[in-house]
Amino acid sequence: MRPATWTELVYAAILVVLAAFWPFVTNGYWLGIGVDVMMYVALATSWILFSGPTHYISLASAAFFGVGGFIVGTGMSDYDASFWSMLALSAVVGAALAALIGLATLRLSGVYFVIFTLGLAEMIRNLVSWVQNNFLGSRGLYVLTDFTDTHLYWMLLVTSAAVYLLGWIISRSRLGFALRIIGGDETVARHVGINTAMAKVILFTTTGFFGAIVGAIIAPRWSYIEPNQVFSPQLSFFVVIMALLGGSGRLWAPVVGVIPFLLIWNWVDANFPSQSILVLGLAFLLIVYVLPNGVVGRFEELRARIRRSS
Amino acid sequence: MIDILISGLLLSGTYALVAMGLNLQYGVARIMNLANGEVLVLGALAAFWLYTTSQISPLLTVILVGPISFIGNWLIYTFLLSPLVRRSKTQGALEVDSILATFGMSFILIGVMVSIEGGFFAYKYLSEPIQILGSTTSLNRLIAFLVAVLIGGGLYLWLNLSRPGVAVRAVAVSTEASGLVGINVPRVSALTFALGGAITAVGGALISTFITLDASVGVVFTLKALIIVIMGGVGEIRGSIVAAVILGVVETAVATLVDPGLTLTSAYFIFILILLFRPQGLFGRRAT
Repeated sequence: MRPATWTELVYAAILVVLAAFWPFVTNGYWLGIGVDVMMYVALATSWILFSGPTHYISLASAAFFGVGGFIVGTGMSDYDASFWSMLALSAVVGAALAALIGLATLRLSGVYFVIFTLGLAEMIRNLVSWVQNNFLGSRGLYVLTDFTDTHLYWMLLVTSAAVYLLGWIISRSRLGFALRIIGGDETVARHVGINTAMAKVILFTTTGFFGAIVGAIIAPRWSYIEPNQVFSPQLSFFVVIMALLGGSGRLWAPVVGVIPFLLIWNWVDANFPSQSILVLGLAFLLIVYVLPNGVVGRFEELRARIRRSS
Repeated sequence: MIDILISGLLLSGTYALVAMGLNLQYGVARIMNLANGEVLVLGALAAFWLYTTSQISPLLTVILVGPISFIGNWLIYTFLLSPLVRRSKTQGALEVDSILATFGMSFILIGVMVSIEGGFFAYKYLSEPIQILGSTTSLNRLIAFLVAVLIGGGLYLWLNLSRPGVAVRAVAVSTEASGLVGINVPRVSALTFALGGAITAVGGALISTFITLDASVGVVFTLKALIIVIMGGVGEIRGSIVAAVILGVVETAVATLVDPGLTLTSAYFIFILILLFRPQGLFGRRAT
């Protein structure tokens, strides 16, 4: 990862402005796809923000997402809180949860972190169900708002833009420089005096922060929320595939991965619902064996080769 | 209290076996195999399928499933994983690649298993009640435990006393140094990976006699096996056994005293304690 440039920021800004017009040109099915795309763009970009430079595979997206959705659900359903206050609360809780997980696991080798996040969503779901069954009594939660898909789409677009902007700022900061060294060689980074654990924890906290926000924004779309639904482990795998398919070397690369993967996935899910999990598996193998640097990485390799030969 | 200890101990026999399989794959072949749980479920599916269709005893399936899984895992290592080993420059890069590749394999296995049997692998085999030290348990749990102890013990002796076993342990300590003393590291790694897979599938066939599984439950077992391996120390067979007993007893205690839905949470609780206080594992050496 190189520091992001001003040109890149300008392109990104133009893209965001163009994307904002999507609800004016479509509605119904394609607007729904747009909401999905924006949701995964936000999640995958914030995934890359952490995993791109550190090479740590985080499978915690579903946990943060679920925490966000669940807090909005509980707050609005059981305590008559407003959506916005719950949105703020879930962001804080998501960030705090990520910081705790980071402090426990990121001081150690990357494998521990992957294993810990692997079952995290499932574990939190079990815990939440248990608390609900024994102490709260209710299982389902209602989230009733006036938001339409258009509002959700714009909120997610703003979130994605915020993630990108944060990543852009970080990549030009001292922290970004430190992270590039950690990604290159962690031992070297430690020897030149970088507090590697701290840098990683800070970055992972932003992932938790944005993951919970996205979960909170999506909650009104479902209107009825159950733990089984918001803590779906599949979401974490989707985020990883989409981010890596685009390429983890560039902050904007997820856009390239999210759109084709979602379109293919929707098609497969509609036509061969029982085979969809096979597609998920094949996508992982495709990434490892054919596109180890993602579509963007492959494209950049090709461009470099053409430049060299001409 | 004694009930919890006994059923926890019986459960831990199969856990230890499965964790040994994973420990061989990760500690020796250096592959973080996240499809381990699916291989386990595949063994369970074989036991279920053979028992329900042709009344073949799961204990016979164990003998059948081991060699098949050995060959299957050897093929997977040779054709899919060893290119990754050769390609990666560092252990970290290999871990990322093997994690992603085995994720892919685990989803493909789930897809295949769902198309064979979409429901629960429910069957009854030797589920008669028996008494041990005044506590009631079922015969199939005891048999599974004994078979697991037999296989695990055999493996332990083989690793410690035989010449190939020494080679395997040498590779676990250092791939470079074992290469220098004339051990064919790629070959030992492939065979150890295959052996680990065979043991895991056997463990799955045994577990299926007393726990009802389904095609998508593999990840829970992967996670438990990983927690056991980390708790015991990577590459430490003795550590895996002790850790499996701890996990089995704690899980059973939480399931009976608090809520059966919290077994995974209790495993996580142990995991956090290990990460905070003894990340190299109970028996492990300090990581370099």
